[in-house]
Amino acid sequence: MKKSVIVSLLSLATAAVLTAAPQSFDFKDPKGVNAIQFHLDSVLEPISGTAGGVTGTVSFDAANPAATTGKIVVATASLTVSNAMMTDHLRGENWLNAPANPEIVFELVSLADVKTTGNDTTATATGKFTLKGVTKEISVPVKLTYLAGAYGKRLNKPELGGDLLVIRGEFTIARADYGVQPGKNEDKVNPEIKLSLAIVGGAPKA
Amino acid sequence: MSNPASTTTAKAPAARLALRLAALALLLATVGFWAAKGAHTGWSQNQVPVKQTDEITGIEFVTYEKRFVPGVEFLGAGTGLAGALFVISLLFKRKSTQPSS
Repeated sequence: MKKSVIVSLLSLATAAVLTAAPQSFDFKDPKGVNAIQFHLDSVLEPISGTAGGVTGTVSFDAANPAATTGKIVVATASLTVSNAMMTDHLRGENWLNAPANPEIVFELVSLADVKTTGNDTTATATGKFTLKGVTKEISVPVKLTYLAGAYGKRLNKPELGGDLLVIRGEFTIARADYGVQPGKNEDKVNPEIKLSLAIVGGAPKA
Repeated sequence: MSNPASTTTAKAPAARLALRLAALALLLATVGFWAAKGAHTGWSQNQVPVKQTDEITGIEFVTYEKRFVPGVEFLGAGTGLAGALFVISLLFKRKSTQPSS
């Protein structure tokens, strides 16, 4: 009797440890939904666009969201606005110089003010943001939504097991801080860039 | 035989009328096309953002549809050209009327 209780407790502890283990979520979305939206609401030319080339991984533990770490990478050459000429200028040498700076990176260092309600966790993410070769530490509000068992359903392959992690956030950066034409063309291209993030990562289970 | 001078004076009102009609047609066509394509008040677009929503995650995302939407510079160029045609039409003098004695 005593032995079976010990075995049961050990099994439960093992299961708890296994379920509490952090999962690695891959943000290269097979459905191609992931994108960062950016807005430069200037006086003469309000510009909005998206960057679809999102990759990266985030390690998330549903039992301990505060321990989340990860890195999200956006391909600079994937930045697109509604006008093809404007897109070329944006990616060009005078602005982001995409060939020389192929990646925009946010590396999550820590989460603070973590609050979890149900599947949702809100927090302030502090990390290193790299744009046009300049890296600065920034803090941004984020919301993490953990969708257990939704991986296969989303891909219309219910036989696939696995979870999803959605990251949402909005923050503003000053382009001058990153050497993007500081002080120039401010009537046409706003000095501040508002970034909206809504991306999903998948952690398939074999 | 026709008098060359009278031929020239007869051509002038015809050219004047043709230019004015062309200016009017261009103005109507430009404004009509711009209005029909959505009366977009920004710059012309050759890719149009279309908002969509992922069912499972609720993520709103944008896809681009390759389509031309004329903007304010298209409207400006069309109306400007129509205005230029009208101004050119003023260069053709009216047929002079003989004072009656």
